Parts: sequence; C-alpha cells; structure tokens
Amino acid sequence: METIAKPAVAERPAAPQGAPSLASLGRPPYRPLFWRKLQDNLVQGFSVLALALAVGVMLWILATILLRGSEALSWDFLTTLSAPHGFKGGIGNALAGTLCITLFAAVIAVPPAICAGIWLAEFGKKSRLADALRFSANVMMGMPSIVVGLFVYMILVVPMGANSGLAGSVALAILMFPVVMRTTEDMLMMVPDTLRESGLALGLTRCRVTLQIICRAARNGMVTGVLLAVARVSGETAPLLFTAQFAKTWPTAFFTGPTANIPVLINDYGMSNFEDLQTAGWGASLVIAVLVLSVNVIARVAFRDKKD
Amino acid sequence: MDNTQEPKLKIRARKLSFFYEGGHQALFDNDLDIPERQITAVIGPSGCGKSTHLRTYNRIYSLHRGQRAEGEVLLDGENILDPKTDLLTLRRRVGMIFQKPTPFPMSVFDNVAYPLRLHFRLSHKEIAERVEAALQGASLWDEVKDQLRKSGLALSGGQQQRLCIARAIAAEPEVLLMDEPTSAIDPVATLKIEDLVLRLRERFTIVIVTHNMQQAARISDRTAFFYKGRIVEVGPTKQIFTAPKEKKTEEYITGRFG
Ligand SMILES: Nc1ncnc2c1ncn2[C@@H]1O[C@H](COP(=O)(O)OP(=O)(O)O)[C@@H](O)[C@H]1O
Ligand SMILES: [Mg+2]
Repeated sequence: METIAKPAVAERPAAPQGAPSLASLGRPPYRPLFWRKLQDNLVQGFSVLALALAVGVMLWILATILLRGSEALSWDFLTTLSAPHGFKGGIGNALAGTLCITLFAAVIAVPPAICAGIWLAEFGKKSRLADALRFSANVMMGMPSIVVGLFVYMILVVPMGANSGLAGSVALAILMFPVVMRTTEDMLMMVPDTLRESGLALGLTRCRVTLQIICRAARNGMVTGVLLAVARVSGETAPLLFTAQFAKTWPTAFFTGPTANIPVLINDYGMSNFEDLQTAGWGASLVIAVLVLSVNVIARVAFRDKKD
Repeated sequence: MDNTQEPKLKIRARKLSFFYEGGHQALFDNDLDIPERQITAVIGPSGCGKSTHLRTYNRIYSLHRGQRAEGEVLLDGENILDPKTDLLTLRRRVGMIFQKPTPFPMSVFDNVAYPLRLHFRLSHKEIAERVEAALQGASLWDEVKDQLRKSGLALSGGQQQRLCIARAIAAEPEVLLMDEPTSAIDPVATLKIEDLVLRLRERFTIVIVTHNMQQAARISDRTAFFYKGRIVEVGPTKQIFTAPKEKKTEEYITGRFG
C-alpha cells in the first residue's frame, strides 16, 4: 500500500519582525452586540414595511377594479360591440382590437429586436456601434410614449390620411423594440463563455454556436422577456390615441381605418359623465388587468428555468 | 486509539445528521472530535458530505431555507445547534474559508479592516496595525504592502485566498473552517497556503476539508474519512494513511475509488 510521508515543517517562513503579530496584540474587547442586532432588525423591519407598501398598493388597485368592474362583467360584455350611452353594449370590438394591435406589434418588433440583442451580446459586445445602439435603446425606453404616438401619427397617419390599427401596432412596436433587445442581450450575456468556447472547440461555426447552443440555453429568459414586453405595451394608451384611435366596429379595417382597443375605450368611458359607460370602463380595466396579470404569471411559471 | 494525553476537544459532533430541502439526508449520525489547536483533515470522495458536515460548525447552512441538522455539535461543551445559540457570536468564534476565494469588492486594506471595524472598537491606528498583523499572519503582507489601496479582486487567486484568511483571522476567531481552500488555486500557491495553515495551527483550531490526500497527509494531525454521509474512520493522520483499519479507507487512500 502506498504511504505518503509527512515532510518536516522546515520551510516555515521566519516570524515577521517589526510589526507586532496578531497573537501579541490579542483580542480587543468586542463591540456590544445589542446595537448591531438592533440595526439588523431595523433594516429588516423597513424592508418588510416597504414590501407591504408595494404589495398593499397593488392589492388596493386590484380590489378597486374588481369592486367597480365586476358588475359589468358578463359573457355578453366580452363579446358584443361597444354602444353609446343608454344602449346595452360590450367591449368585444375593443378586446379584439387590442389583441390584434398588440400581437401585430409583437410580430413587427420581436424578430428584429431579438436579432439586435443577439448581435449586441455575441458580436457587437463592447464596440462603439454596440455602445451607441445600447445608448439609443436606453433613450428610447425613457421616451414618453405619447411622443412615440405623435411620431407615428406624423409618419403614418398623415400620409395615409386615416387612423389605423396598423399605426397603433407600429407605435407599440417602437416601444417594445428596445425592451426586447436589451432583455435578449442580458439573457445571452448570462450564458457562460465556457459554453461558447466548448461549441467552437467542437468545430462549430459561430452562427451555429449562437443559434443552437447559446440561444437554446437562454431561451426561457428570452421568451419571458418577450411576454413581459407584450404585457407591458398592451395597456399603453397614449401611443394609441393618435394612431389606432377608436371605432365602434369590429377591427376589420385594421390596416386602413381606426381600430377599437381597450386602453382608449377606458380613456373615453372614464371621462364620460354617464354611469353606464363608467361602469363599462371599470369592466374593461378589470379585463385588461387580468390579461396583463395572466401573461405575467404565464411568463414566470411556464418559462421558468427548470433545474434538472 | 485515543491516547491518554489528548488535548482538549474544541468541537465534538454527536449523532449529527443533516437534511437538505425535501428531506434528502446527507449526513448520518456523525461522531467527530476536533482537538484544540490541531489540524483535522476531512477527506472522502466528492458528494460524501464533507462540506455539509463542516457547514454545521458555524451554522452557515441556516442561510438556506429547508436545511436542517439533528444531533449535537458541542463547541466548548455548548450545543451550537440549539436554536437559542446566538449566530453572530458563534460566527465570531468560528471563521470560515471557502473553496473559491471570496474577497469583498473593496480594497485589500478594507477587506481586512472590515471585520475589525464591525467587531471591535478600534482607533484608525490600531486598525492599520491589526490589518498589517493579519496580512503578516496570512503571509501576504510582503506581496501587498505597496498596494493596500488596490481592489482585493485584482489579486491573483492564491493571494485572494490568503486575503480571505487574513480577513478571517483579523476577527480573532477560535476555530477556522476551511472547505477545500486550495482546490481552485495553482500548486505553488497551494503550497504557500499549506505552509500558512501549518503556522496558523499555533493559534487556531483548524478543520480543513480536502480532496487532496497528499495535502491531508502533509498538514493534518488527525484525519476523518467520510463515505456516503457517514464517518468511516477517524484517527491520527499517520495511522489513517499507513495503517487504516477499515477496508473502505484503504481503498480510498490507495486510489481505488474516489
Ligand atoms: N444545496 C443542496 N441541496 C440538496 N442536496 C445537496 C445540496 N448540497 C449538497 N447536497 C447533497 O449532499 C451530499 C453531500 O454534499 P457535500 O457535502 O457538498 O459533499 P462534499 O463536500 O463531500 O463533496 C451530496 O449527495 C449532495 O448531492
Ligand atoms: Mg464540498
């Protein structure tokens, strides 16, 4: 059997001269634990309080719209056309319009945003161009959405001579693009470099490594990012005021004419003086809140990274 | 195998079992004595529970919800697994060094001064004096004395680990737990740290987990061999490596598995 000799401890460095050693300094008296713990408890207390505040406000909002909106809610409410004061109407056209506008916005924005995110993370990295792109994305994210609405009004609605759902989608797409691009980049950056190197070491091309290995590793995060961006813009009102506007009909003229949508409906009904319209506005608020909430929950639950 | 003139036992683990989240049991009735001011090495194949065992000694596992220890860990006769144990006091007494060096994102000086400022009321001069003493104690002073303002993260891996040791001993603990402190570090730096550990033995009770059997043989007084969450054999290091009593121990140290 192999044995391992224990070498003499000869090469110990000589004890340092000059400065006193820790041993000779000894242990000084401790600070009282009481204050340190009090501090700890205070900080914990404040964070719990802050959490309670955040959750409290959210619950308050939800409770309010539930309370006000639930009486409007019914199958008919969700499936019939909106109607003026005094007539029994629903939000079917607005709901359909919002779905169309939001989904089409995602169709326009998501593919290029993901490509741009991939480029930033995998190829642009720290180059000037990449930094410029990131900076402009940050600026775009801070841009008031009504400005985006006005911009699309200028470039699309005025030349076409009409409001349209398409214009609304373009406005929302402009808002989505930088968000999706940055989350894509962030998710890709979280994939460790060793995975890239392992792929290249097998003789794969950059393109294959990126698309088939890196993107796969980051897939769940990317999908979550897209869903959250969609949820975020689906309730945007300002960009739709000048673009999609509103229509009392089903969104059949999506590309050429005004298109109903929930945010603008809430805006109009909320400002009306008629109680039946106000109630319908609350009902619509409840519907969009539930939609946004469920997209959030789906994003978090279904596309959570599962540990094997 | 216990001799008559045993030194005082600093830590005694008794029937120590450990459960991870979901009830997965990682330790089974561990009994282990850690003599004061000696180096106890913990060896065994990976996944056998070495880290898990070590992490009960300062209750660091309690950061993680759902992890729980049963049995007793007696530090100077007091069961630290008792829920009434004050964790701040416990961790002040039992320092820990981790596998990957963990310098804090601050200067070399501040890394060591940080625990000093937190634990003790000291003047600036006293802090500077103790930072130097701790860095001396960790055999790092000569290498960093001209770059104390540099970020701790800018040091090499071996230097970072010695910085962590300096940080730990500055807090004046009684016990030092080391979980594979050299496995992320190159061989030359490893030898430096082994040397350092041997010097620290004069002042601290040291428990060191290592997957490197030569290291255990070189530096430890006693060795415990873990296998599948149980302690198969404990004894003086020499005996474990030359005349193991258990078949499993022999197989492991001769490299037949692991
Ligand atoms: N965080 C954890 N959650 C669940 N099981 C764990 C966790 N950490 C370790 N284990 C399990 O506990 C056992 C012992 O692990 P560990 O103490 O880390 O082994 P060692 O340090 O000897 O390599 C292993 O079977 C491991 O799978
Ligand atoms: Mg381990």
